Amino acid sequence: MSEALKVPTMAEFLAQGKQPEVLFWVGCAGSFDDRAKKITKAFVRLLNKANIDFAVLGAEESCTGDPAKRAGNEFLFQMQAMMNIQVLDGYEIKKIVTTCPHCFNTLKNEYPELGGNYEVMHHTQFLKDLLNEGRLKVEGRKYKGKRITYHDPCYLGRANSEYEAPRDLLRKLEVELIEMKRCKSNGLCCGAGGAQMFKDAEPGDKEIFVERTEEAMEVKPSIIATGCPFCNTMMTDGVKVKEKEGEVQVLDIAEMIINADEL
Amino acid sequence: MEYIPNILFLILLIAGTGFFVKNSKKIIRNIKLGHKVDASDHKKERWNNVIRIALGQSKMVVRPLAGILHIIVYVGFIIINIEVLEIIIDGLFGTHRIFSSLGSIYGFLIASFEILALLVLVSVSIFWLRRMVKRIPRFWSKEMTKWPKNDALYILYFEMVLMSLFLIMNAADTHFQAANSGNIISQFIAPLFSSIDTGTLHLIERSAWWIHIVGIFIFLNYLYYSKHLHILLAFPNVYYGSVQPKGKFKNLESVTNEVKLMMDPNVDPFATPAEGAEVPAKFGASDVLDLSRTQLLNAYTCTECGRCTSNCPANQTGKELSPRKIMMDTRDRLEEIGKNIDLNGEFKPDNKQLLDDYITREELWACTTCNACVEACPISIDPLSIIMDMRQYLVMEQSAAPNELNVSMTNIENNGAPWPYNQMDRLNWKDEK
Repeated sequence: MSEALKVPTMAEFLAQGKQPEVLFWVGCAGSFDDRAKKITKAFVRLLNKANIDFAVLGAEESCTGDPAKRAGNEFLFQMQAMMNIQVLDGYEIKKIVTTCPHCFNTLKNEYPELGGNYEVMHHTQFLKDLLNEGRLKVEGRKYKGKRITYHDPCYLGRANSEYEAPRDLLRKLEVELIEMKRCKSNGLCCGAGGAQMFKDAEPGDKEIFVERTEEAMEVKPSIIATGCPFCNTMMTDGVKVKEKEGEVQVLDIAEMIINADEL
Repeated sequence: MEYIPNILFLILLIAGTGFFVKNSKKIIRNIKLGHKVDASDHKKERWNNVIRIALGQSKMVVRPLAGILHIIVYVGFIIINIEVLEIIIDGLFGTHRIFSSLGSIYGFLIASFEILALLVLVSVSIFWLRRMVKRIPRFWSKEMTKWPKNDALYILYFEMVLMSLFLIMNAADTHFQAANSGNIISQFIAPLFSSIDTGTLHLIERSAWWIHIVGIFIFLNYLYYSKHLHILLAFPNVYYGSVQPKGKFKNLESVTNEVKLMMDPNVDPFATPAEGAEVPAKFGASDVLDLSRTQLLNAYTCTECGRCTSNCPANQTGKELSPRKIMMDTRDRLEEIGKNIDLNGEFKPDNKQLLDDYITREELWACTTCNACVEACPISIDPLSIIMDMRQYLVMEQSAAPNELNVSMTNIENNGAPWPYNQMDRLNWKDEK
């Protein structure tokens, strides 16, 4: 943890007349939410470790507009999108990686029609490639044999049919991967999507995140792994509600890979 | 006098198909009330979907028991309909089992019809038991009362009666039984009639034949009033279904134009609109007429199976939202508008709309846009797109988002994040311990 993070910005790259291999889109949660910032840092440490030539936009990054669009505010969404596209195109960005499935989905699927065309990857896909290419190695075996369940983020799974990259990473960590009853295309939402993160749930008899956490608990995992800062928040809250903080951790896969070295 | 049955049959055929065609035209007219859609892209993928999802029933078997039973009924329905062709020819020309001249092939065909008829009878009975005895929750949710509930049962009864009549018709046909070819199931029913004299038996056979074909025409025309339209509409519905990743929500062109204008420094903000300039379109949907033809076709295609609702996280945690109800409401409102047009020649405003009169705001705001409903639908219906269109209307036309969302959206507008943090601080995490 001691070594300082190397987080160059696009502006710095431009000043040196260079172009990074990939832009790391941090996202709002990754920038401001205390829990999500840890995921951001874990991913950056992995990028540093693998010597990836990456950059962030820093203060030039702005919300992708995802929550606005899902809330029905197409105006605000498109304003955000067009501003971001101007910035991205200004830097001639070709490839983007992000730790947030919502940013991932929006950048990948909804920006092209507004003129923004990039190769967009979720960090689990990116990390999988790094491991496969031998640019990054999982050295520690901290999670070997641990009972771990993976919660599919809707915007990575159903929305973009990516179920395997995160699971492949978990297999590389040699965990005992146990699936919940509802997983992959049948996975249950954590309750945060569609701008629900930013409002109270409508009246009902249960919170969705509690329902999902209970389902995760049924397989008695020591860790609930996920790949979305919002799912992470929801599942963490669920574990708190169930008073299981002592037994179950909620971790992003990037955090697990970096932690695997620390025995 | 001897031509009276033929004439009666001709009248039945014309009336049965004529009435069906008339109502089908109404459905097509109603669907065309929606916005045009362009489905000229991804032709290969669309046909693939039709083959895989509609013809191949690939998504039905996600729930194996219901899926397999459904495939039996589906295959039975298609195959046994070959028999209807013979019935129609016999009916029109006064022949009896015209295809029997095919010999052993005919025996094989009828044998397969009989086996399928029995399998359909069994499957439909299991469907009934699942609905009425096992009382599977998705068949008993709030929206499944009165007509939707009865409709489902009538369909099952129809199928039971039609299949029974087909078997009785064969069992009571003395020539057919004597030929002993293809009577693989009906030979076990025939002994029940052994004590009945030939005249009465002939009457039974004729009655079964007539009730069977009349039943088929009634069923054909029942479709229009029922959720059972999927047997026809599932195919075009799957064709027009989305071929994009589920996370890709549609882009609103009308907004794009305005945003581009706003961001163009060369535009004079005070210019008066050009003469004859288009009135900006209404944003989002408050009524079915604001929806697309695909969405309206979706509504007519829905079989109310409830797989969407039983997978919906909001519904499963007791919220008001039910994706199936969104589809049912859309159809009900569209039918209401259709009747209004039938009556008045054109749509006369009735002070009603899909929003509030059918679908409440609470339902719309309960959605997490998780796509579980879209994934669950065996025939590519997309309730989420209707929810999104209605949210757009609420937010962009009425500024009626829940207050917390307004706060988040203001934050996005002002500081580029849904929370009130300064955009300049976006990289602070780098140096935080």
